[in-house]
Amino acid sequence: MTMAEGDLAVAEIRFVQGQYLPPQPAPMRMTGAIGWVRANLLSTPANIVLTVLVLALVVWIVYGIVDFLIVDAVWTGADRTACLASTVHREVGACWPFVWDRLSYFIYGSYPIPERWRVDVFFALLAVGVAWMLWLQAPRRDLGALYFFVVLPIVSFILLHGFAAIGLPLVDTVLWGGVLVTIVLATVGIVVSLPIGIVLALGRRSRMPAVQFFSTVFIEFVRGVPLITVLFMASVMLPLFVPEGFEPDKLLRAMVGIALFASAYMAEVVRAGLQAIPRGQFEGAMAVGLGYRPMMRLIILPQALRITIPNIVNTYIGLFKDTSLVTIIGIFDLLNTIEVSRSDPKWATPVTSTTGYAVAAMFYLAFCYGMSRYARATEARLGKSDKR
Amino acid sequence: MSSEQVTGTRPPRVPLYNDPRIRSVVYQLALAAIIAFVVYSATTNAIEHLQRAHIASGFGFWNQTAGFDISQSLIPYEASASTYGDAFWVGLLNTLLVAAIGIVLATVLGFVIGIARLSKNWIVSRAATGYVETIRNIPLLLQLLFWYNSVLKGLPAIRDSIVFFGGGFYLNNRGFMVPKPDPRPGFGWVEIAFVIGIVGAVAFYSWARKRQMRTGQQAPVFWVGLGLIVGLPLVVLLLAGVPIHFESPQAGRFNITGGVDLQPEFVALLLGLSIYTAAFISEVVRAGILAVSHGQVEASYSLGMKPGPTLRLIVVPQAMRVIIPPLTNQYLNLIKNSSLAVAIGYPDLVQIFTGTVLNQTGQAVEVVAITMLVYLFISLTTSLLMNLYNRRVALVER
Repeated sequence: MTMAEGDLAVAEIRFVQGQYLPPQPAPMRMTGAIGWVRANLLSTPANIVLTVLVLALVVWIVYGIVDFLIVDAVWTGADRTACLASTVHREVGACWPFVWDRLSYFIYGSYPIPERWRVDVFFALLAVGVAWMLWLQAPRRDLGALYFFVVLPIVSFILLHGFAAIGLPLVDTVLWGGVLVTIVLATVGIVVSLPIGIVLALGRRSRMPAVQFFSTVFIEFVRGVPLITVLFMASVMLPLFVPEGFEPDKLLRAMVGIALFASAYMAEVVRAGLQAIPRGQFEGAMAVGLGYRPMMRLIILPQALRITIPNIVNTYIGLFKDTSLVTIIGIFDLLNTIEVSRSDPKWATPVTSTTGYAVAAMFYLAFCYGMSRYARATEARLGKSDKR
Repeated sequence: MSSEQVTGTRPPRVPLYNDPRIRSVVYQLALAAIIAFVVYSATTNAIEHLQRAHIASGFGFWNQTAGFDISQSLIPYEASASTYGDAFWVGLLNTLLVAAIGIVLATVLGFVIGIARLSKNWIVSRAATGYVETIRNIPLLLQLLFWYNSVLKGLPAIRDSIVFFGGGFYLNNRGFMVPKPDPRPGFGWVEIAFVIGIVGAVAFYSWARKRQMRTGQQAPVFWVGLGLIVGLPLVVLLLAGVPIHFESPQAGRFNITGGVDLQPEFVALLLGLSIYTAAFISEVVRAGILAVSHGQVEASYSLGMKPGPTLRLIVVPQAMRVIIPPLTNQYLNLIKNSSLAVAIGYPDLVQIFTGTVLNQTGQAVEVVAITMLVYLFISLTTSLLMNLYNRRVALVER
């Protein structure tokens, strides 16, 4: 290395650096992939141990899953013999022929085969509505709301249940099943719980004591008991409470139970949003002469609902997962169709259950994870407008 | 009235239907009337239905003989002699048992994972995130069925049990068999020592606290407490000549006898509940720790406190204020979710009561109402205690 000769301002000091040295690159082991690994994974001995342990655990789990779903899996076959270790003479993973064979049952349940196009149309209509509602810059979102909350339920009911006058034969809800039922239950919960939840939340904050009392009692009661007891109540007690001959069918009872349950949770979410609105907004609205309803409709609710979107979506995720509980009261949602299929003697093997559960898990995971990503993106988007 | 005096003009007469007070009264009366009507018609319909179906009403069934077996019971229960009331208590205790153990496991796992998510170690935080995102997005019922049908039912049969520690612990598709503690006479002294230890530790803690307030001197509260609560009973146990015996399960030809059998239903429910709830608890913990501002830690360091005391005295107390309320909610969720036991046949309150008892008696209204009231009671009591706690730890602002 050569020493740069600078002016010696002070005689006693032999060497003074007079100009800046060009910055040297950081040492190899502090930058790039190696540096990153050193800083993030191997900074201290304890950290090294932790890294190794966790890595081993992750590898073990991921390897187990990949092994089961892909490497050891059986891909073709006609019945259970294809998936028996004694037939294929090796470790057996997922039994995919079981899934191919039962796929239409998982999606449509026992819906009559010639009528299944109606279910497909329903899925398409629903997808349009959901996209319209979720895409915040979509044109005419007011029309979208009308479509989603009014048109879609009516059209779907006619489409799925049938309407003899326009040539759609009736399909009893007993025949509905699989993904169809899961989606229908979740959609009904989503469509019904938001309006009822808003009404209940406003009721709980109302100045009228009776309204406040009934809203609070309903919300606290429903939130205080497990969903399964609400479903039991809907399926066992509801038929007792209605006049003879008006017993709602089984699926409708489950819908009532889920909708009531989701409404109570939604009410608390909306109430939290209402509480976050500063008093000045209420006072400002009253000062310009708005009555209660215009104030809520034009000033308060739009703001409150906007900041609540992430929590509303989180409630929907919970609702979507909770629809699986209808299995217990004997409705053939996705989980129940899998429960039934896995014990079918044609396919009963040691791996059938796990294969079925893996399919269900992937279905729920895809939907719920998608929703939670959406909630997080919306949260980030809403947060942006608050930053200065 | 006052405006009348000032301006001298009467306010414009408002038609009755626009008077807010009258409106509010009318609305409330209408609501009350609708609810009264619904309740009335539901009741009359229900009575009519029940009479037609010849189903008894009232709570007379409570003292009738149940006549069905329950696979797991914490209190003496016999199908031939016990009543529906006894079955109720068995179910309630089973619910509380699985919930209590589940809460402990979920809390430990949840805190570990919540802290892991904030770790600077990339792979640790990513693994924790992966755990939370996966577990949270799969229905609990599906997870329970997986643990029960795929994992525990897939274990080897009794003859090929997996043996731990060279015998004493057997794992097979009938559950997990572990030794059963069998106290001998003289064990009472150990229990007494344990109680004395707890009382002593509490007393020492309050004395140490008072002294620290007065003089600033700290006492080794943790070590003394540990010594009193764990050490004292251990010493007494040894002095008394270890008056306890562990009855190990014995592998026979067809069955394993003796010991305690943790049934697969119980283990599956416990695993499912703890793993599921831990994912939610970890989120609560993470949010709580993130809520403590960085300045607090920096201020603590600048006062010369070490990382340990900083965590213990500065971060955790402030994080707890944020963590405790949602944590309680998660505990309540766990208790309510334990009702999913019905899907895998663990004899909890819902399985016994709204399952078997409802089917046998047909008294849907009473049975469902009792079950709901129990959960409601647990929920409301917890929220009451929570509110009291909140008031105590709430930030006191000027």
